Amino acid sequence: MRRDTNFFILIGTVGLFVLANIILMAFGKLPFSSDGFGIILGAGITLAIYSFLYQDNPAFKIAENLYVGVSLGYTIIITWFNFLKPDLYEPLIVPLFSSAAEKSPQYALLCPSLLGLFMLLRFSRKLSWLSRWTFAFVVGLGAGISIPRVISAFILQQIKPSLHPVFSGGETFLSSINTLIILLGVISVLIYFIFSVEHKGAIGKMSKIGIWFLMISFGASFGYTVMGRLSLLIGRIQFLLKDWLGILQ
Amino acid sequence: MAVEKYLRIDRRIIFAIITVAVIASLIVKFELPIPASEPVQGIYEKIDSLPQGSRVMISFDYDPSSKEELQPMAIAFLHHCFSKDLKVIGMTHYTGAPGLADLAMNSVAKQYQKTYGEDYVFLGYKPGGASLIINMGENLYTAFPKDFYGKDTATLPALQGVDSLRQINYLFDLAAGTMIETWLVYGKEKYKFEMGAGCTAVMGPDMYPFLQSKQLNGLLGGLKGAAEYEALVNKKANAVSGMRPQSVVHVIIIIFVIFGNVVFFISKRSGVRNA
Repeated sequence: MRRDTNFFILIGTVGLFVLANIILMAFGKLPFSSDGFGIILGAGITLAIYSFLYQDNPAFKIAENLYVGVSLGYTIIITWFNFLKPDLYEPLIVPLFSSAAEKSPQYALLCPSLLGLFMLLRFSRKLSWLSRWTFAFVVGLGAGISIPRVISAFILQQIKPSLHPVFSGGETFLSSINTLIILLGVISVLIYFIFSVEHKGAIGKMSKIGIWFLMISFGASFGYTVMGRLSLLIGRIQFLLKDWLGILQ
Repeated sequence: MAVEKYLRIDRRIIFAIITVAVIASLIVKFELPIPASEPVQGIYEKIDSLPQGSRVMISFDYDPSSKEELQPMAIAFLHHCFSKDLKVIGMTHYTGAPGLADLAMNSVAKQYQKTYGEDYVFLGYKPGGASLIINMGENLYTAFPKDFYGKDTATLPALQGVDSLRQINYLFDLAAGTMIETWLVYGKEKYKFEMGAGCTAVMGPDMYPFLQSKQLNGLLGGLKGAAEYEALVNKKANAVSGMRPQSVVHVIIIIFVIFGNVVFFISKRSGVRNA
């Protein structure tokens, strides 16, 4: 009985959506062109995705799978035309196998190409050991490049403002207070994360202040997250009201 | 308990209230002040101070899932760049971004009669992240031998005088992931260009330490940042109109939070009394 009701709700909603689009096209609110059908498709998928808020249903499943498929297809096409074709196929493969090619093959590209292919050999039991060469290259190069840069950008550059003098020349009273708050926040949060000392006495009080700083930062993150999720909803509703229904100008 | 039933409200009722509030506040128009915050003002003033013909690079590091927040930022920023006659160079680290970036650049450039290749270029997508940035820092033309449309980048007038990231006057990264940090670590720190960023609201709080350390000269955080920039460049569009429902729904959520807490404490107190 319950399944029947859900089925009729789904069919009814789809029917209403089709009817609404016929009316919109009949009254010229939507153009009878690829643009118009694109907007209808966008509106339909938006509604199908949001229908999950009521409960899971086949329309949501179709939209969800469509999203995964389209994203993957788009990624493959963009990667081929923006990267593989101009950076590998044209400078290496075409000159290697075509006598009509104007330029000689760029053999230097063989090295990264082979390393890339070795990565795929993880699927082969006999040859998967070759993928370790690629991983060794990636880990070695990555660590060598990252360690000094990350220390410089994330630690040294961040320590600088934390060690800023509280009463330096030209500072306003409020900015000095700000510097003090930052100093207190850094020290108290660091103390909170020292677990090898029992949080009692002065250490305990400082770690409590640290908890307050953490709570305020979690609150700020939550507030921003609410704003972010709402922005997505607002954007979709703007699309439905403006582009699809033509209510907003 | 009579009060406890309010702790078990069907969440679909809350979804419905939020949806109605968003629709109503989009349809009913009222003005809300949108003053520019200091981080947004930082980016605006930097762009305003650049001389005509300066090179600004925009990294469109987002895909359609973050379009609602970052596309209005991109459009408002492009309006500012083109109105100041700056040369704009676009690129992306995201496979999902080329369509959005291409649309934003071409639609805004058209309004200012800007010519592709002379006033702006779109280099397109390349994978690699950090290694791509390092490659661009050493030689832009080996990183992007061809642009998004397959033209040789070495022949494009907008790129004349630009060999690498060192010749970029300002970099603006619009990011929905970790690309701002990647640009800071592998780009700005090494090649010493000035940088600002626009990010989704979820990422906003994580970016403030970089403002404090002046590694970023400005930040547009979420739809609010986009709305502030739209207001500054006087091109009020989707972000500004999105601030009405944003404010209304925030008030509703605050009421929900207070209501939930009051009901929780009342039910807890009456539970203790009954025990």
